[in-house]
Amino acid sequence: MTVAMNNQTTLSRPRGGSFKRDLIGVIVIIVFAALGYVLFPDNLALLTRILAVALLVLSLDLVTGYCGVATLGHAALFGSGAYAAGILSAHYGINDPFLMTMGGIGAGAVAGLLCAVIMLRAHGLPQLVLSIALIYLFHEFANKASSWTGGSDGLAGIMPDAVFGIYEFDLYGHTAYFFGIALLLIVFVLLRILVRSPFGMLCRGIKEDPLRIRAMGASPNAALTKMYVISGAVAGTGGALSAISTQVVALDALSFTQSAEALVMLVLGGTGSLFGALAGTLIFMLFEDYVSAANPFHWLTMVGVLLIAVVLFAPKGIYGTAAAYFSRRREGSQ
Amino acid sequence: MSAVFEVKNLKRSFGGLVVTNDVSISMAPGDRVALIGPNGAGKTTFVNLVTGTIPPSSGEVRLGGETVTKVDAIGRVRRGLVRSFQVTRLFQDMTPAEHVGLAVLQRSGRAGRLFGSFLTMPDVMAEVSELLEKLGLAELAHRKVSEIAYGQQRLLEIAVALALKPKVLLLDEPAAGVPQSDTGRIEQALADLPKDLAVLMIEHDMDLVFRFAKRVIVLAAGTIIFDGLPADVTKDARVREAYLGSYAHASHVA
Ligand SMILES: Nc1ncnc2c1ncn2[C@@H]1O[C@H](COP(=O)(O)OP(=O)(O)O)[C@@H](O)[C@H]1O
Ligand SMILES: [Mg+2]
Repeated sequence: MTVAMNNQTTLSRPRGGSFKRDLIGVIVIIVFAALGYVLFPDNLALLTRILAVALLVLSLDLVTGYCGVATLGHAALFGSGAYAAGILSAHYGINDPFLMTMGGIGAGAVAGLLCAVIMLRAHGLPQLVLSIALIYLFHEFANKASSWTGGSDGLAGIMPDAVFGIYEFDLYGHTAYFFGIALLLIVFVLLRILVRSPFGMLCRGIKEDPLRIRAMGASPNAALTKMYVISGAVAGTGGALSAISTQVVALDALSFTQSAEALVMLVLGGTGSLFGALAGTLIFMLFEDYVSAANPFHWLTMVGVLLIAVVLFAPKGIYGTAAAYFSRRREGSQ
Repeated sequence: MSAVFEVKNLKRSFGGLVVTNDVSISMAPGDRVALIGPNGAGKTTFVNLVTGTIPPSSGEVRLGGETVTKVDAIGRVRRGLVRSFQVTRLFQDMTPAEHVGLAVLQRSGRAGRLFGSFLTMPDVMAEVSELLEKLGLAELAHRKVSEIAYGQQRLLEIAVALALKPKVLLLDEPAAGVPQSDTGRIEQALADLPKDLAVLMIEHDMDLVFRFAKRVIVLAAGTIIFDGLPADVTKDARVREAYLGSYAHASHVA
């Protein structure tokens, strides 16, 4: 034992502080949030929507980027969170925004568990098909349960109380925006801790070689199920934010389109990196907003061209490629 | 001493080809056994069968007196049966420290922890340092596996296996693909394995086999044709015939 303790001092720690990078991440998010607030004061609704979708894309990154599970049904987790938060307010009069968010987190986690139980029975293409089947079922369920969800008319009557009893959810969306920023910052910091935890390391191993992980005595499926539940909680947070900020929940929240777009955003930014997920969401949604306003007939063409360019020339995504480029330059200059 | 690892009448065929034919082996703690045989004899299949990676057609596997034939691969690892792979299976983007750290965390039930890092857990780091040091990998502790030489990757495979604190260790050709100049380190690592560990090593390099093993088992076409002392194996007529019949490197045995 004493020998072992001596050895501990001989093995150096890896270089590069992770805390510093967390702090930089938090600062970057705050700077972007402030910029958005200053530059687009009349468009806070769009910015808040970006925050909600960013939570969905971060959540998708956990299972797809970090664990290698491809899914086209991830909005099921987001939509469950949105409906849960909305139903709490519209049907039960639970209007406290924090309780509504908690409801969204819980429902997202349960939806995540359900999806995991079904999807993890298959691998590869069959798994992808299962994810599509799931999002159709969730969508159809929400459509049919119209007395709860409002069906295709959407769920209305959501009236969140003021945050801390002081800050009303105003018409300009100030409160919703700051509420969203706060949620994103909290989730971002927690996920940074998660991805470098022992569990995060286990998931990276599973992504690369599940059989090797089994040979180390760990169960890939148990770990993936756990990650799905966490991912559901994150997506559910985004769903709750969406319900609270827009005060309606529409069936699109639970749609195949929303799921596919989330995957596009993730690939655009770069999988397996929290910054990649955030960058992809921001770029895609700003692009969508401005290009579709400027040229409504060709905006999809331009998204298509952008995607092809990224996949062919920057397969690690826009953020991933930029990060790799700068880390090479840094190493080169040392 | 009582058996820690027992295989009874193990059988398995692929299609019509019988790859494991009524194989029985028993090992006690501290045993050093070499499993040799021509290519395609069924050695890797034997490891896959006993570790639960593929199911046998019939037969029984016992670990520490407990029948584990129905226990899955993960359960057998947790009961102390650990293998290495003939072709290294490591995580290219992870470092040696992370590999060994993950194995230690898994063994001690902490691989599911959602916060913290093994780099700040003194007991885990102590074990990681000790193992990496022992296998001469301390210098490379924080390099990515994709950046280290193949011989060192083979040593890391052994480190990961040892981090799981096995009772029975199955090494599938630990020196395969390693340049002659580097086999010394692997041989040293094998010599330094814990004394009470039962080790079964598959290996083609007969020099290594003779220095390592106290007992040699020869498998040919899925059947054990020899089980005895290393000194006797080259004299055995059936062994000579098996190697001459199907294996170009007969000079290794002869
Ligand atoms: N999954 C499989 N399906 C069909 N045949 C297999 C499979 N695995 C191994 N075999 C066959 O079993 C025989 C033994 O293979 P293996 O155990 O890898 O031999 P060794 O490790 O002794 O070289 C070979 O003929 C091989 O082709
Ligand atoms: Mg083999």
